[in-house]
Amino acid sequence: MSTLTEAPVESAVRELTYAEAIREALAIAMEADERVFLFGEDVGVYGGAFGVSGDLVHRFGTERVIDTPISELGIAGAAVGAAITGMKPVLEIQFSDFVTLAMEQIVNQAAKIRFMFGGKAKVPMVVRLPGGSGTGAAAQHSQSLEAWFAHVPGLKVIQPSSPHDAKGMLLSAIDDPNPVLIFEHKLLYKTKGHVPEGDYRVPIGKAAVRREGRDLTIVGSSIMAVRAAAAAEKLAEEGIDAEVIDLRSLRPIDFDTIAASVRKTHRLMVVYEGVKTMGIGAEISAMIAESDVFDFLDAPIVRLGGAEVPLPYNPVLEKAAVPQEDDILTAARRLARGDA
Amino acid sequence: MKADTDTTARRPNQRPELAAIDDETMRSVLRKMHLIRKFEEAAEASYMRGLIHGTMHLSIGQEASAVGATLALMDEDYILSTHRGHGHCIAKGAEPARMFAEFFGKENGYCRGRGGSMHIADVDGGNLGANGIVGGGLPIAVGVGMSIKAQKLDRVAVVFFGDGASNEGAFHEALNMASIWKLPILFVCENNKYGMSMDIGRAMAVPNVADRAVAYAMPGVVVDGNDLPAVAAVAREAAERARAGGGPTLIECKTYRLRGHSKSDRNLYRTKEEIEDWRNRCPIRRLEAELVAHERFTPEVLMTIEEAAQAEIDTALDFAKASPDPDPKDLTRDVYAD
Repeated sequence: MSTLTEAPVESAVRELTYAEAIREALAIAMEADERVFLFGEDVGVYGGAFGVSGDLVHRFGTERVIDTPISELGIAGAAVGAAITGMKPVLEIQFSDFVTLAMEQIVNQAAKIRFMFGGKAKVPMVVRLPGGSGTGAAAQHSQSLEAWFAHVPGLKVIQPSSPHDAKGMLLSAIDDPNPVLIFEHKLLYKTKGHVPEGDYRVPIGKAAVRREGRDLTIVGSSIMAVRAAAAAEKLAEEGIDAEVIDLRSLRPIDFDTIAASVRKTHRLMVVYEGVKTMGIGAEISAMIAESDVFDFLDAPIVRLGGAEVPLPYNPVLEKAAVPQEDDILTAARRLARGDA
Repeated sequence: MKADTDTTARRPNQRPELAAIDDETMRSVLRKMHLIRKFEEAAEASYMRGLIHGTMHLSIGQEASAVGATLALMDEDYILSTHRGHGHCIAKGAEPARMFAEFFGKENGYCRGRGGSMHIADVDGGNLGANGIVGGGLPIAVGVGMSIKAQKLDRVAVVFFGDGASNEGAFHEALNMASIWKLPILFVCENNKYGMSMDIGRAMAVPNVADRAVAYAMPGVVVDGNDLPAVAAVAREAAERARAGGGPTLIECKTYRLRGHSKSDRNLYRTKEEIEDWRNRCPIRRLEAELVAHERFTPEVLMTIEEAAQAEIDTALDFAKASPDPDPKDLTRDVYAD
């Protein structure tokens, strides 16, 4: 595979959905490297629970697009075993919530093998995890658990927000010699965006400034980066100039980009879907508080996170449990203007 | 290949399992069994003297299953081991010197002192690692089997686990997947009767771990785990079947750990008589007695093999003691691969 860090310039803008972009990345990787294979529950003829694998089984066969039994612990371990013996497995955990059944293999084995073995093994595996709320799937099918894994040295954790990044970051993840968890928000699967043809990479560990602004910084990843960007356009109409940072990667985290932004705007809001306490917001706030950037703050940092509750089924309650665009708007106005 | 001086063929009354192992191989078997025993005795003594900082789990009394189950393996075949894994490492060819160095937390140990007793691995030597999690190696073995199949390699994987691990969900998931995909795996259960203190009779509803193979439509074989030729014969047949595409086998080696689970064990759950009874079934002495009875080896030759193993262990221990400690400035190296 050739490695391009930025997308090639194209004359015509081609649009794909987020799901199609992931499928295209998988196809490119499988085409280029026969060590790459996809496996998981119903990824074969069913095409994946969210249609992400689609027709890949017809293109690459059942030896490389492998339906597995409903055995999350077993398949996570199988990914580890294949990875340490020369393969490049891409595992789909049907709903990210089910990763709770696979924690042992991901946290105790995949994350630690290289270190425990004194650097003499590599674990080049990718785990794809459809997550997030908004589909009425209730408490066991809607969580945002990415922060759990961002707490584990040895893992990389990414959360692309656009079809462009989903493809480019997945290709980077497949090429990475470490275990990479990619959290894909279920509500993003059908969103469309420009996706270049062919192979290109979006680096892991690098945030993107989606909108430049002077009044405050809003940091978020995945669907929260999308909501923050939409909110920022509305804020602009009100005369509030928000800078939006799409974090993209939680481990490693690109603190430099956040720091540079806060030095400029002096106000920070962190938006994330996971439960508010002990989460991404706490980490970013603490990083600011521990650094010289703290002196640049003109207002307390705002964390806008998920409510302290299992995700409810009722759609009104479900929306109320995670930050929506309106919540971002309200919080941003307060932060920018110092409203009570 | 048998040397001209090989006495195997000239001893007609041996059981076939014993006759199947020629003299040269048998020397290697004996050397490894002694190395394991003496390695662990020396490790235990070092611990008592405060030379080893962490915990360890000794397999004294279980040497036949480790050496027997790996006897049919080639260098490029894989093993996955357990927290009680020193024997498996040595059986697969690990150097005791670098194992001791790992125990002592030294930079030239197998894992540069980062893993310790429970994580010794020698990936280049086909040892994909001991494991601190009960049953942790079982699903990993499935992936190794998938890898072997995808790469069309003529290899097998042996995954060791204890009776306790057979009650983990990982056991069920791994054996099921290995069977539906006909993977070249030997599931070797070392049933030493206790999961820490829990008697397997209280922890499992069927009498044998191997009985569970029925649920996965794979052969399940119970073997006397203290009988090296018997273990070797069962494993050889399973390895041949695996290589031929016949899929996995569940082998249950009935054995016993003569030491406690770990250093905290006060043996409150078993009797002195039981331990003594198993001490009399020592797999090493038992094999030696059989070899002498069939005039394959003289007691003098056996003594020479044992003494050579002891000398090897003594040298290995000296190597470890003289080895350098890791540098704290390297603390976070190897968390990620570049």
